Amino acid sequence: MEHKVDQKARYAKTHEWVRIEGEEAVIGISDYAQDKLSDIVFVELPAVGKELKAGAACMVIESVKAAEEVFSPVSGSVVGRNEALEKSPELVNSDPFGQGWLVRVKLAAPAEAASLMDAAAYSSYLASL
Amino acid sequence: METKLHGWHRANGARMVEFSGWDMPVQYETGPREEHLRVREAAGLFDIDHMGRLLISGPQAEEFLQRVQTWDVSRLKPGRAHYSMILNDAGGIIDDIFVYHRTDSWLVVVNASNASKDTLWLKSQAAGLDVSIRDLRDVTCMAALQGPAARQILQALGPDEDLESIGYHHVVERTFGGARVTLCTTGYTGEPGYEILMPARNCEKTWNAILEAGAPRRLIPCGLAARDSLRAEACLPLYGNEIDETTDPLSAGLVRAAVRLEGHDFIGRRALAALALSSLPRVLVGFEMKEPGVPRHGYDIASHGKFIGRVTTGLFSPSTGRYVGMGYVETGFAGVGTAVSIVIRDAHKAARIVERPFYTSPHWR
Repeated sequence: MEHKVDQKARYAKTHEWVRIEGEEAVIGISDYAQDKLSDIVFVELPAVGKELKAGAACMVIESVKAAEEVFSPVSGSVVGRNEALEKSPELVNSDPFGQGWLVRVKLAAPAEAASLMDAAAYSSYLASL
Repeated sequence: METKLHGWHRANGARMVEFSGWDMPVQYETGPREEHLRVREAAGLFDIDHMGRLLISGPQAEEFLQRVQTWDVSRLKPGRAHYSMILNDAGGIIDDIFVYHRTDSWLVVVNASNASKDTLWLKSQAAGLDVSIRDLRDVTCMAALQGPAARQILQALGPDEDLESIGYHHVVERTFGGARVTLCTTGYTGEPGYEILMPARNCEKTWNAILEAGAPRRLIPCGLAARDSLRAEACLPLYGNEIDETTDPLSAGLVRAAVRLEGHDFIGRRALAALALSSLPRVLVGFEMKEPGVPRHGYDIASHGKFIGRVTTGLFSPSTGRYVGMGYVETGFAGVGTAVSIVIRDAHKAARIVERPFYTSPHWR
């Protein structure tokens, strides 16, 4: 099955994406990740103000199968959460790069994102899996 | 191990998972939630060929069954089926089973996870009796067609076969697409439907014929994930979760469903009768989350910070939109309405004991 890739995002090997928007960034999980998780039934978002560290577990997504940790692709403090996921966690399945976004952060180290894969590199990475 | 439909699953987009040593479809491309809802609204077809099935026959077959299982089958007429259990001497549950009384024999369907254990146990208990125990797994294939449209689908496949007169919990023989099958009006979803034993030969042809006949009525193949969420909503126990050899039918609340305490003398009856006179330290309950969160098998249940029990099954219930679960709690906390908490990743999330089942199908006739 072919998985969608957002051209404007950068990607971690653990299948989270980040879209840089000035000093802030939006974080989510990739189409590949949501597909592997299967139906998502609960998203435990971090509180606003929480400091996220690149590469560290920052929240939990629960699918019908299991509870899976999400690793933050960048460092920063949470400034926004996708509250719609409380009632509709399945948005992560149906629109992982859009309405299924997870959190918005204020970047602590904007240069970090350069070490993540761009869309083309992530596509080749997916093809190698 | 692989079921006889394994090749079909691989060729049709199934995701496979290991279950009790079997490589089984956990879901198809449709996804577990949609597969679940489809069974509630229309119909789903499940490969349950991994289930153990034993044919018990011989002059002392009934006498043997009366000894090894908990339902009084002397009252089970030919053509009827009943839920039952195999217990050990202490009243612990070796397995939960379905007993089908065929015209000249008995069919006993057991859990895949317990099939070898059960067979050894039953054979050891049959010593000295004129009874034959035959494993039917090689010669038959087993599938379950479940949901409100199940009957119309089979009727389309066999327009001349009488299906309308078959009540729930029956077993009959019928012919569909040239295949003589044993049709059981039982299931593990909380919906009406059939469990079908078909000849192993050409079973994929029969499976495909059912899917084809059901396509106009929105039938889809369904995997183990949907099977589990469907049975959990209906509060049907899963061996290894709600019941095992350390649990008993009284604490699990399954005596009415599976056990006849007055009557025949089965293994475990004495222990169970003694237990019935004592006060049970813990019992199985259903609960609903008041704070969102997914309870899972093995999580602690607490009350004011104190451990009072353990979750056996938990899920987001697709048909009710609630996070629910079952678990054993200290008896004092079992009353409907009791506030408890479920410990999810060290956080105590509010929950409440509720009536079981979580979902009752409106499609029973």
